[in-house]
Amino acid sequence: MRIELEKRANPSTLYSIVSPFLALALTVVAGGIMFALLGKDPGSALYSFFIEPLLDVWSLHEIAIKAAPLILIGAGLSVCYRSNNWNIGAEGQFIAGAIAGAIVPVVFHDWHSPLVLPLMLIFGIIGGALYAAIPAFLKAHMNTNEILTSLMLVYIAQLFLDWLVRGPWRSPDAYNFPVTRDFAPEAILPELIASGRANLGFALAIVAAVGLWIMMRYTLKGFEITVLGQSERAGRFAGFSSKRMIWFSMLLSGGLAGLAGIAEVSGTIGKLQPVISPGYGFTAIIVAFLGRLNPLGIIAAGLFLALTYVGGEAVQLTLSVSDKVTRVFQGLLLFFVLSCDTLIQYKIRLVFSRLGQSNEGGAH
Amino acid sequence: MLAVRSLTKLFGSFAACNGIDLDIKSGEIHALLGENGAGKSTLVKMLFGVLAPTSGQILWKGESVRIPSPGAARRIGIGMVFQHFSLFEALTVAENIALSLSPGISLSKVAEEASRLSHLYGLPLDPNAHVADLSVGERQRIEIVRALLQNPELIILDEPTSVLTPQEADRLFETLAKLKAEGRSVLYISHRLEEVQRICDRATVLRHGKVTGACDPRKETPASLARMMVGSDVASVSAAGTNTKGDVLLEAKHLTVPSRTPFAVALKNVCLKVRSGEVLAIAGVAGNGQGELFDALSGEYPVADPAAVSIRGKAAGNLGITARRLMGAGFVPEERHGHAAVTTLPLSDNLVLARSQSDRKTFLAGGLLGIIRQAVVRIASTRISEAMDVRKSGENPAAGSLSGGNLQKYIVGRELDRQPAVLIVNQPTWGVDAGAASRIRQALVDLAKSGSAVLVISQDLDEIFEVATEIAVISEGRLSDAYPAHDLTREKIGLLMGGMYGKTEGEVAHAH
Repeated sequence: MRIELEKRANPSTLYSIVSPFLALALTVVAGGIMFALLGKDPGSALYSFFIEPLLDVWSLHEIAIKAAPLILIGAGLSVCYRSNNWNIGAEGQFIAGAIAGAIVPVVFHDWHSPLVLPLMLIFGIIGGALYAAIPAFLKAHMNTNEILTSLMLVYIAQLFLDWLVRGPWRSPDAYNFPVTRDFAPEAILPELIASGRANLGFALAIVAAVGLWIMMRYTLKGFEITVLGQSERAGRFAGFSSKRMIWFSMLLSGGLAGLAGIAEVSGTIGKLQPVISPGYGFTAIIVAFLGRLNPLGIIAAGLFLALTYVGGEAVQLTLSVSDKVTRVFQGLLLFFVLSCDTLIQYKIRLVFSRLGQSNEGGAH
Repeated sequence: MLAVRSLTKLFGSFAACNGIDLDIKSGEIHALLGENGAGKSTLVKMLFGVLAPTSGQILWKGESVRIPSPGAARRIGIGMVFQHFSLFEALTVAENIALSLSPGISLSKVAEEASRLSHLYGLPLDPNAHVADLSVGERQRIEIVRALLQNPELIILDEPTSVLTPQEADRLFETLAKLKAEGRSVLYISHRLEEVQRICDRATVLRHGKVTGACDPRKETPASLARMMVGSDVASVSAAGTNTKGDVLLEAKHLTVPSRTPFAVALKNVCLKVRSGEVLAIAGVAGNGQGELFDALSGEYPVADPAAVSIRGKAAGNLGITARRLMGAGFVPEERHGHAAVTTLPLSDNLVLARSQSDRKTFLAGGLLGIIRQAVVRIASTRISEAMDVRKSGENPAAGSLSGGNLQKYIVGRELDRQPAVLIVNQPTWGVDAGAASRIRQALVDLAKSGSAVLVISQDLDEIFEVATEIAVISEGRLSDAYPAHDLTREKIGLLMGGMYGKTEGEVAHAH
């Protein structure tokens, strides 16, 4: 027996809607099996992973906090990926944005003004965009592979941040702990509503996602992105420049990742420390694909992936399983999303007979 | 020798071949005629074991056979020369041939046998030459020799002359005559009626996967064969005639472009002029710089020298395609899928693709990122579809869902709708059914009559004689002078195509 993939004449509309849900269902099933193998009751484990966080106000706030960077980065990445530029280094741009934005409250900590916060956000965007400009320049002018360069720059950013908080930016009053001084109150992103910790970052994320959706759906710029992503040659025929698109998409996704970075340190952490992200920049790649590279879908996908973070912490507490469970769930999810997407373009057929007969034909 | 009985191949619910009956006698050249998509390729792929039939029978010398693979086809005595060659450019002729034989035969023996066969059948070939250095015609000879080495009794040739000059084609026909004299059969696939009439003993015509006629092509007229292929009469194009010629609207002066990639052709000192009311057709065998010429004239790849290309008297060589469109030029590239159109996008988006800047005021509502007025674009798209009789499913389907002919009509119509002063078209009817082809050619002629300058790059001499007022020939990146169409014959064009610049002198001499 073998499995054949037969290309559909037209992409299936049914599966393009069903696929993410199918992937979710398969992830839950695989997760249940994993809990069973760990010797935990799958039912209660899945309950505390996926349901419990939705029942408390404080955990809903936690989901919003974790969804904000995922949506911001994921929406930027979706534009990038649609234009066929593969920025894998959002994690690094997130850190670069956090560092650049933190210049104001850390280096100029004596300066108090209502301008501090807006300046921080702008610096964050610029920092992320500049860091994404490195792979953009290398791709546009040196023809390097942006997947490799952007990924490698992540580790440079992480180590640079580590050096910064242990070295020049270390707080004088932190008893030698590797952290910067706490941000002043005017450098803190305000909370959204009174009931909990969720901050303005979530609102920024929703605004950015909706804005990008409008751009992709209704404007010539969005059209240019789609065309160049589908066929560089057709884009050239239309008078669009793929080089400029590299710059545009990398700077856009880098800028949004940088904004997410400064929003995270300003809104949630309140200072710089060696590790500021539980892998948001990488998880956002899953968010982008789970959301079908559509900014509105990404809002939903970002909320769901945020749930896996919060749920992962919950099962860690209630069932004392490893904190790697979250990563496993996210990995499973990406795996199933990408495999289920195959169903949009292909039909699966099981072939039971004629083993090996027509194999030879394929070689000619 | 070979008989096919009610052979059917289904792809999903679509019948690419539907109950085909075919008889090939020994020692005959049998033509398989049909338009693109008629099912010719599917049929021969089943005969050569590349595809498995859904139902029906193949009889080889009276016995029912199953051909599960090309290897099996070769063993029973069927050889095939594909339209697209499968050769390794970095290897020599002999090495390429050895690859298709069973292992363990020494290379020198292969080379010896190959050169013996190539002399026997008049296919001069140096077994030690590297494939990368050979012309398309020579590469085809490798494929033929490779097929002959298996000593086949039936040879299938898929569109063999589409890549050859008329002189190279003549040589191929001599080889085929020799094969026939030895009692071998040839199944000859083509849509060139003139050739089929010249060399084939019998013909089977396919349309929409069914046999629509079996005949002696010599007793038919091109019109009657075309009717069998198309199913209806094909409107003939009324030529541009002798309009009064106006100003030069498109000019290239000493246009020289180095090749961008190792496989591209460099343009060498190309000069041309197209006046208002003229259709200049550029003939040439595929791969002689047509694509590169289109790129340079359209501005997809601008050149450094502004004066090298001028549009309506203004220097445009260093300008991009958008600027040239704004100067009044329109462009239709050769490749429909992924160049002239994005197949996954609807037709209205594909209209924006070519005209977002030239029709900026109509199609865009302004704003920093340019909001597209979808409703206006759709109305324009419908207008184009109606003007060019584009048949489509639904109001605004994805470009990829249209047949080649209908998509090409839309792509040409998209430019004509603007009434461009200059239109540059590369292979206007490549892979397009006869009905759509005549419609497109008429539209090009009409555009010239209305005072525009039209440049047509084409490999199809029939097309060129139908539409052109002037003809030039491109060969190895050089362009010949342009001659009035009525002063040229196919033979003269063939000589120019073969290259008048030295490298292939032998072939030119042979033709005399």
